[in-house]
Amino acid sequence: MGKLLALLLGLVLAGTALAREAPTVAADPVLEKRVMALAEELRCLVCQNQTIADSHADLAIDLKNQIREKLKAGMNEAQIKDYMVARYGDFVLYRPQVKATTVPLWFGPFALLLVAVAGLFYYIVRRRHAAPAQTLSEEEQAKVRALLDAPEERT
Amino acid sequence: MLRARFLIPLVVFAVMVVFLGVGLNLDPREVPSPLIDKPAPAFELPQLEAADKTFSQKDMLGKVWMLNVWASWCVSCREEHPHLVAFARTGAVPIYGLNYKDERAAGIAWLARFGNPYQLSAYDHQGQVGIDYGVYGVPETYLIDKAGVIRYKRIGIVTPEVIRDKILPLVKELNGNG
Repeated sequence: MGKLLALLLGLVLAGTALAREAPTVAADPVLEKRVMALAEELRCLVCQNQTIADSHADLAIDLKNQIREKLKAGMNEAQIKDYMVARYGDFVLYRPQVKATTVPLWFGPFALLLVAVAGLFYYIVRRRHAAPAQTLSEEEQAKVRALLDAPEERT
Repeated sequence: MLRARFLIPLVVFAVMVVFLGVGLNLDPREVPSPLIDKPAPAFELPQLEAADKTFSQKDMLGKVWMLNVWASWCVSCREEHPHLVAFARTGAVPIYGLNYKDERAAGIAWLARFGNPYQLSAYDHQGQVGIDYGVYGVPETYLIDKAGVIRYKRIGIVTPEVIRDKILPLVKELNGNG
């Protein structure tokens, strides 16, 4: 019984695994690996938060076919990325190139962090200087002593 | 300085409101096209209604024209279509269609049903020209100048407001300068 259940479970899992696999056209597994590696770097513009490797949108499938054909034709990865950027802009790349227009994107967060740390540092240093050690006057000390020594009040 | 301290959360809040307000009003679908101010990608495609004739972007050199990407399966195109038909009637700028990843019969039937604002439509069954033009959300519309350079791209529906505020002024400018 247990064996049968395991077999059934195995079959069901195998079925879903097959269903999830994007249809592959190229029979060549090496080429297909390169296609998928590149597809993972490219954003699907129809569904925006998916790579074209993950996406089943028509355009993503077309673009995967484009990548496959271009690789077959002997283009390298960088050339294909340029091809995509020329059509869809930097947005298509999940890791945009570092250039004038993408500098804020790459270094903005670090700049913000730097500003925040500098601000914090300045604040701490100023606070330390601004708060001199406070001493109590004779009168105040007597008051403190009286309060501390007084028998505890019960309410 | 110390007295104004209670204002700090208020200022932070105001800054956040401004940023969120701007962020919410941006349309994430509108990705700036790298094709603006670049020559319109070359193509030569059969015409939708006359399979034996072709249409190329070269045929339009010397004219300001509009290229509208559409398909019979595209729901938003139906919403856009009446605006295009009305705009075509004014004759302000010739409109050409790019029938994108469609079936010929379905495309022709669609135009017969909803009206045909296009001088003609190019038939891009494979979608290759669409890829060259960076199409990812039909309908998309391009305004191309006399030198064959893309000057404006609209992703999504061309509304009467877009026509009035963006397309018409640009058409006038492009025609005037030539």
